[in-house]
Amino acid sequence: MTTQTQPMVLLKGIRKHFGSHEVLKGIDLTVERGKIVSIIGPSGSGKSTLLRSINMLEPPNAGEIWLNGELVNQPLTGRAYETHINAVRQKMGKVFQQFNLFPHLTALQNLTIGPIKLKGVSPAEAKVQAMELLAKVGLADKADAYPARLSGGQKQRVAIARALAMRPQVMLFDEATSALDPELVDEVNLVMKQLAAEQMTMLIVTHEMNFAAEVSDWVLFMEDGLVVEQGPPEQVLKNPVMARTQSFLRKHLAS
Amino acid sequence: MDFELILRITPFMAEAAWMTVQLFAVTLILGLIVASVLTWAGFSRSALLRGFARVYISIMRGTPLLVQLFVLYFGGPQLGLSLDAFTAGCICFGLNIGAYISVGMRGAILAVSPGQTEAARALGFGRAQTMRFFILPQAAPLILRSVGVNAVILLKSTALVSAIGVVELTAAGQRFANATYQPFEALGVAAVFYLALTYLVTGGVALLERRFGVEEGKPS
Ligand SMILES: Nc1ncnc2c1ncn2[C@@H]1O[C@H](COP(=O)(O)OP(=O)(O)O)[C@@H](O)[C@H]1O
Ligand SMILES: [Mg+2]
Repeated sequence: MTTQTQPMVLLKGIRKHFGSHEVLKGIDLTVERGKIVSIIGPSGSGKSTLLRSINMLEPPNAGEIWLNGELVNQPLTGRAYETHINAVRQKMGKVFQQFNLFPHLTALQNLTIGPIKLKGVSPAEAKVQAMELLAKVGLADKADAYPARLSGGQKQRVAIARALAMRPQVMLFDEATSALDPELVDEVNLVMKQLAAEQMTMLIVTHEMNFAAEVSDWVLFMEDGLVVEQGPPEQVLKNPVMARTQSFLRKHLAS
Repeated sequence: MDFELILRITPFMAEAAWMTVQLFAVTLILGLIVASVLTWAGFSRSALLRGFARVYISIMRGTPLLVQLFVLYFGGPQLGLSLDAFTAGCICFGLNIGAYISVGMRGAILAVSPGQTEAARALGFGRAQTMRFFILPQAAPLILRSVGVNAVILLKSTALVSAIGVVELTAAGQRFANATYQPFEALGVAAVFYLALTYLVTGGVALLERRFGVEEGKPS
């Protein structure tokens, strides 16, 4: 394989069960470099679990995860596994619904601790890069603020900047705006659109159909651990073929 | 009340209090080490270590401290372990209070939101790094509180070593009580010393809490 043609993220037959409860029943997905894929579907359909398995926070029971030509879920154990997985995770940025900023660190320190401790970047250099990122998400003036002093929208923008500080190859968003007050959603969406414009590869789990329609190159509709329908947003979101997609969208756009 | 007696025995009681302080300090340090090891074992990936921590803690919490002290001090020689009373007291109390402190440490660590571990691991931090850079700093205030509570309990528990002949506050008080037939004054002085030491310990912990416990940022 050459670096030109291989997808940024490639999932083959991902399966995951908790006890006897099968949550992912064989998911295949290809995300080309610079593309944006949105995942929609009812609550409990396995969207979060899928994102969590991509960076091995929830290792799948079967299937393959490839990141830019590298097998993510290698059959390693012990220290070799830890080393491999920590290295791979540095290449994937994750943004959580609940932000999960580190409350004992300032906004700036939230951004710098990763590069300093994990990549050996000098504190001075890390700070310069972090300030650039904070400026990019519009929060340069909040560098020294602790998370408790930030609004939800500001927290999520810091969280996005924190993930970007590791210079990831792909960004994973798990309902990044679901915990926000409605008036704070736009500022976060704006940052995500900006990333999209910069050709960042993104996998976005979202409940916002309009946002998905606007930014996505590809949309997956998941239900009950399976991909029911996928395609470009004009198709999946505007003219879905499957009855289940239609009924989901009807409910979702009605509410 | 015999004030003259009180004045006369106070210097000797102060000396005995120094013994109590030494016992307390050595034991607390030992206890903190034991607690750290137990807490680490309790979160280990090895089921054996986790099991060891659980059984150890349940034994320490499930049997009287005095019995533990007697087993070590009187039973030890049977196994070829002859300790002087002070050493036996330090070891026994350290092993015991370590179990209690570790329970507090474990609770403090578990009280940190799982989202913190998730965020740290997602960035690429390893298990130990996650603990060190993110979990422990956030658990520190609660850990400190638990250490403080246990330190006060420990301070008063040191009285038990009087039963194996260490002349600390309680033993000294008893000796003066027996010699003068005025137990109220003799043991009353001991009690006042304990109270003063307790204030010192709680004051010290409060100082530390102000220094480390109060964080600018609290979990959102
Ligand atoms: N750690 C877990 N243990 C057991 N069940 C889980 C766990 N995580 C998720 N699940 C279950 O998996 C299913 C899918 O959850 P999730 O991936 O969070 O769905 P979604 O994000 O689409 O709402 C749910 O039924 C949920 O209860
Ligand atoms: Mg979810």
